[in-house]
Parts: sequence; C-alpha cells; structure tokens
Amino acid sequence: MAEDPMISLENVSKIFPGAAQPAVTDLSLEVGRGEFVTLVGPSGCGKTTTLKMINRIIEPTSGRISIDGRDAMAAPAHELRRSIGYVIQQVGLFPHRTIAQNVGTVPSLLGWEQDRIEARVAELVEIVGLDPVMLSRYPSELSGGQQQRVGVARALAADPPVLLMDEPFGAVDPIVRKRLQDEFRDLQQRLGKTVVFVTHDVDEAIFLGNRMAILNIGGILEQFDAPETILAEPANEFVESFLGGERGLKRLGLLPVTGAAVERGPFVDVTEDPDQAKRVMEDHDVDWLGLLDQGRLLGWVDGSLVDRIPLSELEPRPFLVTLNSDSTLRSALDAVVTGHARVAVVVDDGAYLGMLDLEAIAEEITE
Amino acid sequence: MTLAQQTVPLFDWGWVGRNLDTIWDRTLEHLSLTGAALLVGMAISVALAALSLWRPSTYQPIAGAAGIIYTIPSLAVFALIAPFVGIGTATGRFIIAQVALIGYTLLILIRNIVTGIRSVPPETREAALGMGYRDRERLVRIEFPLALPVIIAGLRIATVTVVGLVTVTSLLGLGGLGFFILDGLRRSVIFPTEIIVGVILSVALAAVLDLSLLVLGRALTPWVRRGAAR
Repeated sequence: MAEDPMISLENVSKIFPGAAQPAVTDLSLEVGRGEFVTLVGPSGCGKTTTLKMINRIIEPTSGRISIDGRDAMAAPAHELRRSIGYVIQQVGLFPHRTIAQNVGTVPSLLGWEQDRIEARVAELVEIVGLDPVMLSRYPSELSGGQQQRVGVARALAADPPVLLMDEPFGAVDPIVRKRLQDEFRDLQQRLGKTVVFVTHDVDEAIFLGNRMAILNIGGILEQFDAPETILAEPANEFVESFLGGERGLKRLGLLPVTGAAVERGPFVDVTEDPDQAKRVMEDHDVDWLGLLDQGRLLGWVDGSLVDRIPLSELEPRPFLVTLNSDSTLRSALDAVVTGHARVAVVVDDGAYLGMLDLEAIAEEITE
Repeated sequence: MTLAQQTVPLFDWGWVGRNLDTIWDRTLEHLSLTGAALLVGMAISVALAALSLWRPSTYQPIAGAAGIIYTIPSLAVFALIAPFVGIGTATGRFIIAQVALIGYTLLILIRNIVTGIRSVPPETREAALGMGYRDRERLVRIEFPLALPVIIAGLRIATVTVVGLVTVTSLLGLGGLGFFILDGLRRSVIFPTEIIVGVILSVALAAVLDLSLLVLGRALTPWVRRGAAR
C-alpha cells in the first residue's frame, strides 16, 4: 500500500445506539492518492456508514480516520466537509436555487468572490457535460441524469482532492447510468481525484474501481484488491458468491484486446506479389487473405481469387468484426460469437493492429 | 318607532359619502391592530418553532398549549386577562386585545413553521450537511426558504383569522371596522348601513391581505411553479 495514503481508516468501528450488532467492525483501509476505490457489499454491510464516517456525517464509535495525513476529528466537521466532495444517490440539489447557485455552493461557503465563482461554475458545466442553458434553471426542471451531472459538478466545485460518492448513479435509468459511468471514469482519470465510491452493483464496482473493497454484514472487510485480482482469486466463498456467475467473462471485461495474444495473421500489403501472398496463406493454413494499404485495413479476399492478377485489382470484403484498440476482450468475444465470425480484427484509428480468434480469447480466460 | 323604522333605508350611500374619512381611519386602525398581532405572533412562533426543532421533545407541549389557547373563546380571553392589565386605560385594553389576537395566531404559525421545516427532503438536508453548512446556516439558508410555501400558507390562515377577530376586539373600544358594526347595532334604531360597511370592509380587508400574501409567497418561491411547469 502507498506510504502516504490520501484516506486512512484504522480499526474503525461504528455501533449505532440501541443496535445489537456493530454496523462497521474494526475496519482498516487505505486509499492512495488519485485512487478510485469502490466499496461494495450486500445491504447492511456498512458501506454507506463507512463512507459517511469519512466526512463525519456519521461519527465513528472508535478508531481513527485521517485524510491527507490529518486526523478527521482535528478540525470542525463543517470545515472538513468543505474540503471533500460529496455526491449522493438522490442527488439532493437545493430545489430553491438555480443550477448555477447549486454548483457554486461550496465556493460561496468558502467566501470566494462572485466573479471567481461564476468562472468556476462555467468551467465545471463544461467538465461534466451540461448545457450552459441549464444554469439559470431550477433542479426540478432537469432530468435525473442531468441532475446527477449537476451533483457531480457541485461536488467538484471547490476542487477538493477527495470525492465521496454514495451510489450516485443508482437512481438513473440503465442507459444514462452507463454513459455517466463511462464519463465519470474518464473524468476521474483526467482530474486525478481520490474517489471512494459506494455501490451495491458488482459490475459497476468492477468497471469503475482501481481497487474494490468487498464488505460483509457488519462492516467486515472480506477482500480489498484490484478487480482483476479479486475476480481471478476470490478470497473466500462469500466473495465468490457475491461476485456472482460469469466471473471469467467479467474479468475479460477488464482486459483490453491489445493485451491479449493479438497476432498479425495472413495479412499482406496490396502491393505484395500474389505468389508471396499464397505462401502467407499456406503458412497460416487459411483460405483467405487480409489486405492492407500502407498499414490501413482494406478487408479480406477469398483465397481462391489470389492468383496471377495483382492484389490491388481484387475487391476486398469488409471483416464481420472490427474492434477498436480500446475495446475489451469481453466485447471482442461477444462480437465474435454474435457475428458468427472466425476472427476479430483490431484497428487503431483505421490502422491495422492484428487479429484474434476464439482460441486466443479462451486462453485469456483460463490464464 | 314604526314610522322611524320605515325611514331607515337598508343602505344609505349618503352616510358613506359623509363618513369617508372615518371609514378610512377605522380601516387603518383595523389594519394596524391586525399587523401588530401578526408581527408579534410571528416573532413568538418563530422562537417557539425554533425551540421545537432544536429540542423535538418540546414540540408536543408547545403545540398542545397553543391548541388550548386556540380553543378558548375570544370573549373569555378578554375576561381572563382584564384583571391583570386593567380595562380602565387605553393601553390596558390594547394589551388585552393584542394578547387575545396573538394567542390565536400561535397554533397555526408554530405548526406550519415546524411542519414546513420538517418536510424538507432528507436528501436536501444531507447534501447541505455534506457541503459543509453549519447547523444554523443550513436552517436559515436551506431549510427556511424551502419551508416558505408552508409557512406562508399558515400566515394566510392566521391573517384571515386575525382580521375577523379584530372586529370583536372593537368591544373593548379599540376602534377598527368592528366599531361600525357595534355602532350600527347600538343605535336606538338599528342602522344597517354601518353594519354592512363594517362587515363588507372587514371581509374585503381579509381578502386583500390574503391575496397579497399569496402573491408575495409566489414571488418569494419562484422555484415552486417553475418546477411544476415541467
């Protein structure tokens, strides 16, 4: 673990008054700078309680929490909270304030000049992908997805190093959720924020987190590691059953196609001599030939057509499955299976990178 | 008598024309008695509502006491307070009237302030907490504005109630539009014009104040209708 963590929980417990069992039990956890950590687990696992203890909306019963090396209890709670971005599932925008005022909440609490607040709000609107027209509207005039973008912008307003997010995309429909997840992951990487993200959705946790902390009822930490590692080697039965089926597939979803055994395949440049092309097909033991034009993918031709005529006079047919270099192995597999294709070719902005077949993908699963 | 009765018209426009100044003065009196009671009532209610919100266990006793006051007939209130402040002086009578009027505003105002603040969505409150609002800042800048529609609704009911009751406090010789009603009844021959003027103006005043508060409320809470229009 990092020597200088951004957030550190040491032996933290929380017992709510009158509760028989602790909500969080002796939890120790460190989150590195710029790291995206997801807290997942079934209801009652204390993930939200854990999150809320970091910004002291809930005070721990025992243990120590420090942020950026400082004890969270050292300063008044409201000062701590102004330095931590906070996003909740129900968004919680202030209904009586315009979007601009909502986004400018923390800067205004911190006493920024009005000009500076306005400039920052304009900047944030762009960062989270909102139409500036929205700025003068009230929250109830926005859709759920737009409201959550405002919620994220509001949390980022004073440029806090840490963001706490409590199921922020849980209340929007699946299509919008997927888009928000994609955008937020890019945003986090761009801004380098340290994020602690609570979700009950394993796939969301796997997709977003650099590391995921799997919690059991009573806030017991079962496993805390990178999603790839947890999927490959679940620590125990609880983790295994919580991850659900298709662990191999989920893991493929994390691996880029470029990381797999992408091979060059029977591909030649259209200027190549037909005899040489035939030899390439023989070497690969296939009856088709991929054609390139100075590295750019043209398509493929049937092997029987490769004869005396120059390759450039043949009419190449498009491949059934063409993937971009940023696709995952899971989408490669899906494309190959649903497209009944023998191979998937990988391109980077039109330039041919290589191809892979089911066998190559299967190798990655068993690894 | 019989002859005289026949000569009294149901409504004498001439009387109205001759007494415009008095009518205007009595209306202003009515307005100031109402305004004074509402201002003080609001101040007391805000304080008691704040106490109820700060210490939730105090809400039931406070609301209960205000409820009991609300059920006491106004005349009985006059009689109850009179021995303490004395009915002989104008100040004494003013105090008696105001105590009674204020008493009637408390239940409605306290209840609506507390209900309004409590009906602020929990996620809004949590977000305010998470953004780093102090307790009092949150109450004043987030919860109070959001409770305004409910608080103003209460203020409107209290206003209409007080305007009506001020007519009764005229019994104490404090003026207001009730003066005309009493005067019209007290004459050797009942003079309906005066009674009608008193009643109609009192009702009209209540209506105008109610409407003003409605308009003020809308102006203060633009987000309520903007949201509904979506």
